[in-house]
Amino acid sequence: MITVNHYLLLSAILFAIGTFGVLTRKNAIVIFMCIEVMLNSVNLTFIALSRHVGNMDGQIFVFFVMTVAAAEAAVGLALMIAFFRNKESIDTDDFNMLKW
Amino acid sequence: MEVILFYLTAIVAIMSAIFVTQCRNPVNSALNLITVFLCLAVYYVMLESPFMAAIQIMVYAGAIVVLIVFVIMLLNLGLAVKERYTHGMAGSGVLAAIVLFVANYFIRYGEATGTGGSVTSEVVASYGHTELIGRAMFVDFLLPFEIASILLLVAIVGAVIISKREV
Repeated sequence: MITVNHYLLLSAILFAIGTFGVLTRKNAIVIFMCIEVMLNSVNLTFIALSRHVGNMDGQIFVFFVMTVAAAEAAVGLALMIAFFRNKESIDTDDFNMLKW
Repeated sequence: MEVILFYLTAIVAIMSAIFVTQCRNPVNSALNLITVFLCLAVYYVMLESPFMAAIQIMVYAGAIVVLIVFVIMLLNLGLAVKERYTHGMAGSGVLAAIVLFVANYFIRYGEATGTGGSVTSEVVASYGHTELIGRAMFVDFLLPFEIASILLLVAIVGAVIISKREV
């Protein structure tokens, strides 16, 4: 029998993998994809607990998380294109223009 | 049957999530990301939320990954450089393990309380999941819904302005 704890554990594992990817990779697009994995693991938690509690509110939250992820994708990728135009690279080591 | 499906999908999801973080070519990472999204859609169906599964596939696998792949191909990135900091890798590995351990501890020794809400399996089966979502979204959460539409508008305008050559 699959309980809600199985889903919570799975989403914890996915979140940890996403954290590892965000901290180790240098390509900004790959970091972005790892952030998407983390957001999706949180969505899984929301839906599993929403079904466990018997309430629709968690699923509405997933809707808003998806909206914010879509907005983030649009703005973030536009930023990467603008950065690539200036520096010819999207390596995060080159993101040092604000450093002094 | 449900247990076998759960574990098979979990293995696929975890392996593809690892490949997302480890693939050297960003296009391979994007394709593995689609697999993760599809596995999560399977879980949403198992959790009696078919509408969320459809939205997951359409918005994430359909829109966001297409946008990512489009940018990867537009920028024409090569393979990732092999230069890596081993102490950075070790530190982030430890940090991810701590996150996993703490979450595991809470899940194992805690109890998910608060069962017995009004939306049971029978209610979902009789009304339909889409109707329940629509009722909650357009009655209880109408103001956040409108704010989200403003947010999307701002994001579109911002993306256009940022990626313009000169404002």
